[in-house]
Amino acid sequence: MIYVQGIQLDLISEARISQMASMEKVRYIIDEVRKGKILVLEKGLNPMEEAKLIEMTMSAIQPDVFSGIEMQSYPANPDGSLLGKLFRKQGNKRLTVIGPANQLKTLKKDRNLISALVSASK
Amino acid sequence: MNMIKRFKVSFSRMFNKLFRKKGACIGIYGPPNAGKTTLSNRILKDWVGNEETMGSVSHIAHETRHAKRRNGISIQTNGHTISLDIIDTPGLATKIDFHDFMEHGMSDSESKKRSKEATEGVIEAVKWLDDLDGVILVMDSTENPYTQVNVTVIGNMEARNLPLLIVANKVDLPEADPSGIKDAFPQHPMVPVSALEGVGMDSFYEALAKQFG
Repeated sequence: MIYVQGIQLDLISEARISQMASMEKVRYIIDEVRKGKILVLEKGLNPMEEAKLIEMTMSAIQPDVFSGIEMQSYPANPDGSLLGKLFRKQGNKRLTVIGPANQLKTLKKDRNLISALVSASK
Repeated sequence: MNMIKRFKVSFSRMFNKLFRKKGACIGIYGPPNAGKTTLSNRILKDWVGNEETMGSVSHIAHETRHAKRRNGISIQTNGHTISLDIIDTPGLATKIDFHDFMEHGMSDSESKKRSKEATEGVIEAVKWLDDLDGVILVMDSTENPYTQVNVTVIGNMEARNLPLLIVANKVDLPEADPSGIKDAFPQHPMVPVSALEGVGMDSFYEALAKQFG
C-alpha cells in the first residue's frame, strides 16, 4: 500500500489576520506551524510583530521536537513620495510565508519573488 | 506609528542630541556569521587599543550568545569626535537546530547546550531593539541579502524612525557582491568593508559619524 502524506497549506486573508491583536497573531502562527502547517499570509505582519514572532519562536524551540520556523516576507516597498520621505512613511506590508523549519526551505528570494520547497519529511 | 508618536520620537532624539551627556547606544545586528563580533573587535582595536576585544569569533554559528556592551568609545573622523556605546548582539535567526552544531564535531550535549544558549541570545537581541538609538546591520556580502533577519531588522528601525547603517562585510572574499546589498535596500546608507582585514574602515567611521553623531 502506498501512503501519500499531505501538507496543509493555509492561505490567510488580511481580513482574518487583521481582526487579531498582535499577540494573538503571533500565538496563532506558532501554534499552527507547530502542527506542521504552512501559512501564507496575504499581508504579513508588521516589523514589531515579526520581531515578537522570532522571540516567541526561540522560546518554543525544543531539541528533536521543534527547531523553529522558516519565514519569508518581501522587503517593504519604500514610499518614495515627498510625504513618505518627510514622515518616513512605512511601505505596505506584503505577502509572507511561514512554516516549520524542517519542512519549508527557501530556495530563492529577491525583492519580488519567494521560491520555496515544501517537504513532508520530518 | 502615528504622526504624533513619530513627532515625539523625533523631538526626543533631537533633545537627546542637544543635551546628550552620554554616547548614543548603537546595536550591531545581523544574521549569525555575518561578522558582527569581528566588526566590534575591529572598532575596539582601532579606537580603544589595549588588546581589548568584544568577544571571540568562530566559523561555527552562534558563537556570541549574550549581548555585550562597551560604553564610551570615542571615534575621531573628519575633525569631529563622537562617543558611542556599542552593543554586540547575538546573531538573529528564526531557527536553531542543534544537529547543525553536531556537524561541526560537537557532542550531543554540547550541541544542545549551545542551541539553548543561542535561543536565549536571540531573545536578548530582539529585546535590545527597544533600547537603542540606532543600528549597524552587518550583512555577509557573499550571501543573498534578502534574508528575513535583514528584512525584519530594517523594518523595525524604519517603524521606530531610528537611524540605520548597513555594513556589507567580507568584501575581501572573491564572491563578495556589496552592490547587491545596495540594490536590495537602496533607501539606507551602505558601506562595504572587510572587518577582518580592516578594509574600508575609514569610510565606515565617516558613515558612522554621519548617521549616529
